[in-house]
Amino acid sequence: MANKQFDNHLGIVGWLGGGRWGVERYLYILHRLTGLGLLLFFLMHIFASSVRMYGPESWGVAMGILKNPVFKLGEFCVFVIFAFHALNGIRLIFIELGLAVGRAEEPIYPYKSSLNNQRPLMVIAMVLVAILIIAGGYNTFFGSH
Amino acid sequence: MEKVTDKKFNMTVYIRRFDPERDAAPRQQQYTLEVERGMTVLDGLHVLKQTQDPTLGFRFSCRMGVCGSCGMMINGVPGLSCNTQILDVATTALTLAPLPNFSIIRDLVADLVPMFGVVRGLQPYIQRSDMEEMENPTMEYFQTPHELEEFLQFTYCIKCGSCMAGCPTMATDREYPGPAPLTQAYRYNIDSRDDAGDARRDLVAASHGIFNCHYAGECSKVCPKGVDPARAIQLMKKDLVLNYFGLSKHRCAHLHKKPDKATYKPRIEVPPFTAGK
Amino acid sequence: MRETAYWTWFIIAGIVILIIAGLHMVVMHLPMFGVFNPESGAVTDWGNVAFRSQNQFLAFTYIILLGAVLFHGFYGLRTIVFELGPKKSFQDCFTVMLWIVGLILFGIGTYAAIAAKALETAI
Repeated sequence: MANKQFDNHLGIVGWLGGGRWGVERYLYILHRLTGLGLLLFFLMHIFASSVRMYGPESWGVAMGILKNPVFKLGEFCVFVIFAFHALNGIRLIFIELGLAVGRAEEPIYPYKSSLNNQRPLMVIAMVLVAILIIAGGYNTFFGSH
Repeated sequence: MEKVTDKKFNMTVYIRRFDPERDAAPRQQQYTLEVERGMTVLDGLHVLKQTQDPTLGFRFSCRMGVCGSCGMMINGVPGLSCNTQILDVATTALTLAPLPNFSIIRDLVADLVPMFGVVRGLQPYIQRSDMEEMENPTMEYFQTPHELEEFLQFTYCIKCGSCMAGCPTMATDREYPGPAPLTQAYRYNIDSRDDAGDARRDLVAASHGIFNCHYAGECSKVCPKGVDPARAIQLMKKDLVLNYFGLSKHRCAHLHKKPDKATYKPRIEVPPFTAGK
Repeated sequence: MRETAYWTWFIIAGIVILIIAGLHMVVMHLPMFGVFNPESGAVTDWGNVAFRSQNQFLAFTYIILLGAVLFHGFYGLRTIVFELGPKKSFQDCFTVMLWIVGLILFGIGTYAAIAAKALETAI
């Protein structure tokens, strides 16, 4: 039988979802996006903060540009994605080193999986992210500096 | 609270069809199915094939959740059609599609053969360096219940492919082994009777290997047998890191010591064949 | 074995970043802790920046942070790009390119840190 099969790989859409997925799937997507965002920010940050080697005048010019409210908002966004990436990263370190997935146990229906084991850790991490975002927002927009 | 009704009612069923001889790409076809409480998706497919559309293609075998033939996407979630009740997952509309991340042979039948090939490539059998004992076994290997428990969960895999369909890495990366093969590699590595851990570790920790798992967790969420591939993969990563730092404990089951006064029953020789003489 | 090595150091770099970038956030956004912001103005005023640039401990720590972030970020980028299924030749080329770009950026950042430390400006 020489029938042509149809390749049914989802492609990059499969990263975002191919069906109705769980919370951990979306945390994985966000972790990737925040990682890329932080990398882009960091590449700019190397050059921006390197200006200090040219002395106070150049530094003053650079800081003048960065006083723009767009950059202030950008800084807050960077802080938010850093908070998420860091705390989800802590959660992933525990999971991927086998510390939060529980031990192998004989499956008895209704099945519990490592997703149940890591859920308290996930909830704590997300609560801390929310707290950090609120604290960061307060500091950025209502803080003294 | 509303009483669960035994009345039959009509439900719309959307099925993703693909005929390799006629279609260039899959298309959606709509049916109306009379469903009742207790009817599984596989039951529904049989009714549709018998009463409405004999060309409908789907795969099944045991119809009781142990063979792994009938994996498909049911309302956006991979699962077995034989042990998913329609009314558990749908109220007004049921959407069926073949498992993604595999090629479609026809209609709801996905080609699982590549997955079997990958599993085979990871050496899914017990290996010992003592070849003489492997070829001519003298006695059993001693294994504690604790050592059994470390891999027992991962032996329940029926290779249905649901985990592979749910995995985001499988969606784009063709070289990624996938949750099912990686779980089997761990199952044999952690089995205290096995000695081929280093060979399997090299296979698993290659480029596009186990480190392309990022714990999206869908594999464990959809597994119909509770195998929890995500757990196996993370435990395997722990094993790989410990091995990298030279901290892994090499435990290898030893041969069971024959009690002193025990004797073996005489070996029964197989009688010679009579056919063909 | 190489992938295990990359990944293990990627995780270690992540932990290093957690600690050092966390400290960086405290220094930059919670100036009441005062230790690294002796001037009364903003955290980014020249006086404070010069003080931190010339501090031995901070200069060294920022260089470690630079290396860790570059390694962690580029390994993550490499993983994402590789999962999109490019050819083997592209993969090898991309890895080498990331090492080169990463080392160049590390060089730039380290040079800036050392040059800033050597400035003759009074605090």
